[in-house]
Amino acid sequence: MRLAFREALRAFERAPMLSMLSVTTIAFSLFAFGLFGLVALNLRQALQQVEDRVEVRGFIAAGTAPEASSAAVDDVALFPEVAQVRLVTESQALERARRELREFTDVFEEGLLPASIEVRLKPGFHDPETVARVAKRLENYDFIDDVRYGEEWVRNLYRLRNIATGAGLALGITFALVSIIIIGSTIRMAVLARSREIVIMRLVGATDGFIRAPFLIEGAIKGTLGGLLALLLTWLAVQVSGRWVMQVQFFEAPLALLGIVAGAGIGLLGSAVSVGRHLRKV
Amino acid sequence: MIRFTKVSKQYPRGGPALEEVSFSLRRGEFAFLTGPSGAGKSTILKLVYVAERPTSGEVRVDGKSSVALSRRDIPQLRRRLGVVFQDFRLLEDRTAEQNVAFALEVTGAAPSQIGPKVARALTQVGLASKATALPHELSGGEQQRVAIARALVNDPLVLLADEPTGNLDERSTRSIFQLLRDINASGTAVLMATHDLTLVRDAGFRTIELNRGRLVFDSAADDPGAQG
Ligand SMILES: Nc1ncnc2c1ncn2[C@@H]1O[C@H](COP(=O)(O)OP(=O)(O)O)[C@@H](O)[C@H]1O
Ligand SMILES: [Mg+2]
Repeated sequence: MRLAFREALRAFERAPMLSMLSVTTIAFSLFAFGLFGLVALNLRQALQQVEDRVEVRGFIAAGTAPEASSAAVDDVALFPEVAQVRLVTESQALERARRELREFTDVFEEGLLPASIEVRLKPGFHDPETVARVAKRLENYDFIDDVRYGEEWVRNLYRLRNIATGAGLALGITFALVSIIIIGSTIRMAVLARSREIVIMRLVGATDGFIRAPFLIEGAIKGTLGGLLALLLTWLAVQVSGRWVMQVQFFEAPLALLGIVAGAGIGLLGSAVSVGRHLRKV
Repeated sequence: MIRFTKVSKQYPRGGPALEEVSFSLRRGEFAFLTGPSGAGKSTILKLVYVAERPTSGEVRVDGKSSVALSRRDIPQLRRRLGVVFQDFRLLEDRTAEQNVAFALEVTGAAPSQIGPKVARALTQVGLASKATALPHELSGGEQQRVAIARALVNDPLVLLADEPTGNLDERSTRSIFQLLRDINASGTAVLMATHDLTLVRDAGFRTIELNRGRLVFDSAADDPGAQG
């Protein structure tokens, strides 16, 4: 094992440029994942805050019988998505408007604001589809004039999050593939440089695993370095953003660790897919 | 210990390299493989250390049959064989003792055993005084001694030598051959491929002669004991 590590380190000396290139592409791969991951993470938190306030409000036509609207309230309360339903009468609506918009108190008159049914949804039912579905069901009551919810807001935030996730995945996977290819060609060079040794190793009875180990270790070391570099880059990006754009949240420790492990994984994978192929040619 | 039974070998490209070759080599025996270039000598040695597999027939080495041997078994088998070549195959950037130690390091030998074993092998080939020399600082004969020490360091059952004197002058040839006889005298079997007929004739050892892939003469054929 010590021998394998020594050999792995010698590979860095042998091809420093290619080794650095491998580390850098792995870092870029994970940096792309990380950056867009951060955007997605922070958007999700923003979404949660917005979602907690998501409210579907159905406005009741003037002159509706109070029994009809309270029956509807009981009815809606039984929807599986619904956490809470409240009936806001015309006078309650007026009072709330006066309280919230004190300077315009005089403007509001009795009968100006319609009564409404306010529906809050259970956690986990805040996505645009569910919200729209509940809104639709409210609209089905004929005494409901109009249904409002922050549809545009919710939709846009969701779209943004999906774009961030998709872009991060696409870019990250592209870089990961590039790094796997570069690691492959580094390994080809390393195998060539060591072909005499490999021939002798086989002759004296070294196992395939033993011959392969330094190449795999080399890949894993590069991947780990790439992961660390990506973490540093992402952290710097967060600092820059915090300073110039807006405060964003960084990954928690387990997720950061996962990034490094993913780097090691990419490095290992890159070595594993090519080492067998190149060793066979020796 | 080595037994070929109707072994034929056909390389993917090229004609038949061996056809229905049968012979066996006992523990501690010395045998020459002779015949003109292209006769199939190297192929026989490759079949013994499983660099190649027979197209048909069976090769048995130390109780392991080529028919049943899996890829994973090959390293263990090779650790019980020593192989040397015409071109020595030393690592140029390592000293004599490092070259010998290499065979132990890559087969997972205990580090504490490596030093003494290397010293013993170098002494056995008469190169103890040049342990720290690099290959290019050694003569051809001395380089072949390093290669032989590397082949011996794992205490093999048999030493396979493919034209070991092919690159050497008359004097070095004699002394390397004497070394192989000494090694054989201490109990290690030797199977040596050579086309140096004077060497073969003077030595009086068993001779297996090949021509175009066929075994055409085996001096042990009259001796029923050698067939075991
Ligand atoms: N790897 C190979 N591929 C194709 N043909 C080969 C290969 N190795 C040897 N041969 C052929 O097999 C025959 C026997 O070769 P070899 O065993 O090397 O003979 P020798 O060692 O007696 O000179 C020759 O005709 C040679 O050309
Ligand atoms: Mg030959």
